[in-house]
Amino acid sequence: MSNGVSPLLTATNNMPVNESGEIIFDRVSKTFSGNTTPAVDQISVKITAGDLVVLLGPSGCGKTTLLKMVNRLYEPDSGKIWMDGKEIHSLPVNELRRQIGYVIQQVGLFPHMTIQKNIAVVPHLLGWEEKRINDRLEMLMQLIGLPVSYLSRYPRQLSGGEQQRVGLARALAANPEILLMDEPFAAVDAINRERLQSELIDLHSKLNKTILFVTHDVEEAFRLAKKIIVMRAGKIVQYGTPLELVTQPENEFIEELVGANNVLRKLSLVNVNSILKARENQSFYVERSKTNENINSVLHPEDDLRSVISVLLCSGQDSLLVKDSHNQILGTVGYSDLRNMLISNLPSEQK
Amino acid sequence: MDYLVNNFDVVVELFLQHLQLTLAVIFFSLLIGIPLGSLLARIRWLRGPVMSILGIIYTIPSLSFFVLLIPIFGLGTRPAIIALTAYAQLLLIRNWLVGLTNIEPAILEAARGMGLNGWQRFWQVEFPLALPMLLAGIRLVALSSIGIGTIAAFINAGGLGVLLFQGVITANYDKIFTGALAVTLLSFAANYIIRYLEQRAELKIYGKRI
Repeated sequence: MSNGVSPLLTATNNMPVNESGEIIFDRVSKTFSGNTTPAVDQISVKITAGDLVVLLGPSGCGKTTLLKMVNRLYEPDSGKIWMDGKEIHSLPVNELRRQIGYVIQQVGLFPHMTIQKNIAVVPHLLGWEEKRINDRLEMLMQLIGLPVSYLSRYPRQLSGGEQQRVGLARALAANPEILLMDEPFAAVDAINRERLQSELIDLHSKLNKTILFVTHDVEEAFRLAKKIIVMRAGKIVQYGTPLELVTQPENEFIEELVGANNVLRKLSLVNVNSILKARENQSFYVERSKTNENINSVLHPEDDLRSVISVLLCSGQDSLLVKDSHNQILGTVGYSDLRNMLISNLPSEQK
Repeated sequence: MDYLVNNFDVVVELFLQHLQLTLAVIFFSLLIGIPLGSLLARIRWLRGPVMSILGIIYTIPSLSFFVLLIPIFGLGTRPAIIALTAYAQLLLIRNWLVGLTNIEPAILEAARGMGLNGWQRFWQVEFPLALPMLLAGIRLVALSSIGIGTIAAFINAGGLGVLLFQGVITANYDKIFTGALAVTLLSFAANYIIRYLEQRAELKIYGKRI
């Protein structure tokens, strides 16, 4: 779906852009019976509407517990959770859950129902008309990149990756403002996982849903997240953008977890555009003459610096031209820029 | 075979009586067993005590069970149905419970997370997925009721047992043979029909077109 831009755009046309979807945790705690230490300990955090926020941490850190308290699969012992300015207990529990998309690792499709019936469960519960449901089904299949003919199949006839796509479609069926995803890609093979991840990024930018995504996979967190909440032992250790986590780690735990000393990861979080911008501000001296303009490889403003290195290495040049989508030359970027970037320890405002 | 040929309508009537008795037992067993089994699936600590009580009931010899019920319910089909239904609970509930508890937890979690209430979860998810096991339980109930049901003729409950008892008393081997043949036929038919339904339900939950 990462290259299927046009069906996505048409698919989202008849969908209102959601502005709501804010989640606020207010001193939320939860201790499971038989445990002395709380699974979630006095957590207060605000998830801005429309953000893709990843809950990251080792197993047993309370990230899944925190997630499941949003749709009340777990009840907090104390504290309040607000969704769009409403305390989640002010709604009947099943009404609340039908407003929140929920995707889990094992997918949990109903094996005795066709894909069509699986996806349409919540719309049926909400009493949608057949016509509306069928339109929605068609749109969702387009969105997740599966042929409409799959609607009459059963889950067991689909591959693992396809099943998780259907799980995502089912969660999106009634157009919820919030999606909760509990390690959804952990059981999928590596190739499919990467594809699903980029599809999710795509989907998030198109649909503007608030997504709360639990994972223990650091790579996945950095790939997907607009913001990352790192948890340990029921508490939030740090909440920030991936770049903030790498450049300003709160403590050694974060440093070790995110690999703050990993040069390539740092570079992967900065793009060419931010180099050009930084240069404008500081008026770097550029040796234009050294750049061979006849070389085929060019850089794009949205390329991250990690891929810039490989392009530079392959081209055999010290620097390359940066061109935008209209083939307009924006400047040049070379090894010296990367070096300067690393020495200045990266600007923290730019991803 | 002379007996069968000469008294065909008598045999048919007893056959139908036996069938009726079996169906009544299945009906009442389901009426009690499904809710009780669903309760046990949710309340784990109840399983041990309830299953042991049902196990104890199952060990009561059928003839004495029938006779014990006569002072309360009199003669006829009533005590027979009650005793057979009591026996059936062990077979039915054990299967139903296995069916319910073997459903993949992720499926139930997804159902809960999507906002299906208890009733909707039961009818849309739990019941269809546990149905093959339930049908296997019903099959066991049918077969055991057909078998033990022959003894119920002793307390005037009718059925094919009548032929057996009369045959034994009058040393009419032809009659005994006819009765045994009819009981066997009923068992085989019940087994075949319910097994067929079971297989259909199984295909359904494995997501195969029927």
